[in-house]
Amino acid sequence: MPPNGPALLVEGLRKHYGDVKAVDGLDLSVAGGECFGLLGPNGAGKTTTIEICEGLLSPDAGRVELLGLRWTSNEHELRERLGIQLQETQLADKLTVEETVRMFRSFYNNGRSVDEAIRLVQLDEKRNARVGKLSGGQKQRLALACAIVGDPDLIFLDEPTTGLDPQSRRQLWDLITEFKSLGRTIILTTHYMDEAEILCDRVAIVDHGRIIALGTPQELIGSLGAEHVIEFAVEESPTPINVDELRALDGVRSARTLAVGYELQVSALHRTVPALLALVAKHGGTLTQLTTHSASLEDVFVSLTGRQLRDE
Amino acid sequence: MSDEGRPNPLAQLIGARFKEYMREPEALFWSFGFPILLAIGLGIAFRSKPPDVVHIAVVSGTSRSAAIAGALSRDKMLVVEQLSADTADVALRTGRVALVVVPTDSGAIKYEFDDTRPDSRIARLMANDAVQRGVGRADPLHVADQQVREAGSRYIDFVVPGLLGMTIMGGGIWGLGFSIVDQRRRNLLKRLVATPMSRAQYLGSYLLSRLVLLAIEGGVLLTFATMVFGVPMRASLVTVSLVVLFGALAFGGLGLLIASRSRTIEGVSGLMNLTMLPMWVLSGVFFSSENFPRVIQPLIKALPLTATNDALRASMLRGVELPGLWPQLAVLVAWMVACFAVALKIFRWR
Repeated sequence: MPPNGPALLVEGLRKHYGDVKAVDGLDLSVAGGECFGLLGPNGAGKTTTIEICEGLLSPDAGRVELLGLRWTSNEHELRERLGIQLQETQLADKLTVEETVRMFRSFYNNGRSVDEAIRLVQLDEKRNARVGKLSGGQKQRLALACAIVGDPDLIFLDEPTTGLDPQSRRQLWDLITEFKSLGRTIILTTHYMDEAEILCDRVAIVDHGRIIALGTPQELIGSLGAEHVIEFAVEESPTPINVDELRALDGVRSARTLAVGYELQVSALHRTVPALLALVAKHGGTLTQLTTHSASLEDVFVSLTGRQLRDE
Repeated sequence: MSDEGRPNPLAQLIGARFKEYMREPEALFWSFGFPILLAIGLGIAFRSKPPDVVHIAVVSGTSRSAAIAGALSRDKMLVVEQLSADTADVALRTGRVALVVVPTDSGAIKYEFDDTRPDSRIARLMANDAVQRGVGRADPLHVADQQVREAGSRYIDFVVPGLLGMTIMGGGIWGLGFSIVDQRRRNLLKRLVATPMSRAQYLGSYLLSRLVLLAIEGGVLLTFATMVFGVPMRASLVTVSLVVLFGALAFGGLGLLIASRSRTIEGVSGLMNLTMLPMWVLSGVFFSSENFPRVIQPLIKALPLTATNDALRASMLRGVELPGLWPQLAVLVAWMVACFAVALKIFRWR
C-alpha cells in the first residue's frame, strides 16, 4: 500500500476520437484504501478514462500517476501492482477455472495462491469446470479472481455487474466489499446508481467526458436538499396545473414536467402529499398515477443534467 | 502469502495452447486425420498397376484365323479373341478392342484401328510384331529389356512431400492466425497485456506449441507414408527435420503477420485464403510447379511453400543433404525474418 500520497492522481486528462471528446479535461484524486466510483451513462467517457489509467490507452493530454508511478517510466512495476477487470473480456472457454487462474498467477512475481484467489471469489465448486460452461455471474467472478490473483495494491473494475441478474450482482457486491475491508484501493465504473451508493466511499458523476459532481453518495444526495421524489400524472383537468403552483406547495424543493405527468423533489413528504391532492382537486382533475421514492444518485444526475441515466 | 511457488509463465502459456487445442476435436481431425485420408485416397487412385494388356480381335471364319490368333496369343501382353466380322467391328467402335486383325484368303493381313487412339497404335505395333515373328521373321540386331519400377518415381512419392508442406503451411497460418485473432476479438489479448505477462513469451508459446504439434503431425504422416506406401526417405532424418523446422518458422511468421491486425474471424479468414490459395495451386502440392510458364517460375520459386516442397522432395526422394538445399532454406529464412519483423512492428495488442 502506498505510504502516502494519492493512489491515483489524474490531472487535465483529454482524449479525443476525431470530433468526439471522449474525455474532456478530467481531474481526479483517489486516496489509498478508498473505493471510488466513476458514475455516468454509457458513452460518458468512463471506460476511456479508466483504460487510460490502466495504461491501455494513451491520453492526448494530461497527467496520470498511480501509486506515485507513471506509465512512461514504470510500466512493468505498475503492471505487477495493478489488478484489472475489463469490460466484456471473454476468457478462454476451453480452459477450466483453475487453469485460467493459474495462468494469470504465473504472470506475477508475487501474489495470492491459486486456491486462495478461487476461494475469495467463491468458485471452489467450479474449479474444474470449463469457463465456457459458467454462468454470467460466475464468469464475472472468475474475471475478478484473475484481477486479484496478483495481490494488487490498486484494483480497477470496469462495469463489474453489467448484464447480471440481481442475485449475481448482490453476490459481486459482497465480494467487492470484502476486498475493500482488506484495505486495497478500488476504482470502479458503473451506470448503476444503487451499485455506487452501496459500494463507493466517494463518487464522481461523469457526463460528456467531464466530472460534474464529486463527493460521498450521502453528500451528493444531500446536495439536492430533498429526501424524497414524487412522480404523478393527472387526467386532463378543466384548468391545467402550472409548474409554479407546484413549486409553491409546502415542502417542495423543485418541480418539473415529465413526458407524462410531473416530478417533484420534496423535503417533507407528509406535508407535500396532502397539499398536492388539494391542488389537484382544486383544478377538478383526477390522479392517474402517484409514486414516491427516496432521493438517490439517479435524482442527482437528473437534477444536474436534466436527463435520465438509463435513457442513454 | 502464497503457499505454492510461482508457476512458470511460458509453461502455463504453452500448456494453455495445448489444452485449448486438444479439447477441440475438429482441430485434431484436420491436423491428423485429413492428411492421412488424403494420402490414402491418392495412394489408391494412383497406385502402381501392372502394365495394361491389349485387347485384339481376329476375324474368324477364314482358314488362317486360328493360326494367326495362336501366334498373337503367344505374346503375354495381348488378349486375343476370335469374332465374326460384324461383332469385331462393333467391338472396335465401342473401344472393347483396340485392333481388329483381318486375315485374307490371299495370305495378306489387314489391320483395322483408330489411329487417334494411342492404345490402338500400340496394339498395331505389337500385333504386327507377333504376327511377323510367328511366320519366322528374325531380328538382325539382338536387344535386351530391363524393367525399372522403383519407389521414388511414383505419384504417391511426389505427393507425400507436398502434403507435408501443405500441413506445415496450414498449421502455421491457421494455428496462429485463428487463435490470436480469436483472443483479440474476445478482448482477451488486451486483458493479457494488462498483466505483467511477457509479450515475447506469449508469441513464443504459439511458435513452440506449433512446432511440437507439427512434429507429431508430420511424424504421423511420414511414418504412415513410409510404412504403407513405401515412400522413400533417402536423406538423413536430421536434414528432413530441419527443412520442416525452417518451413514451420517461415509459415509461423506468415501466420503472425496475417493475424497482426485483424479484429474479426471473417477478416482474418479472407487474408488466410488470399495467402494460401495461390500457393496451393502454384507451389507444386499435387502436380509439379514446372507446368507453369517459364516467365513466372522465379516468382513461384520465391514462394515459401514452393521452397518447402522442393526441399522436402529433394531430401526425401533424391537424398540431397543440407548443403545442397541452401537455395530453398535461404528463401524460407528470408520469409521468416521479413514476416516476423513486420508482424512485430504492426501487431495490435489490444
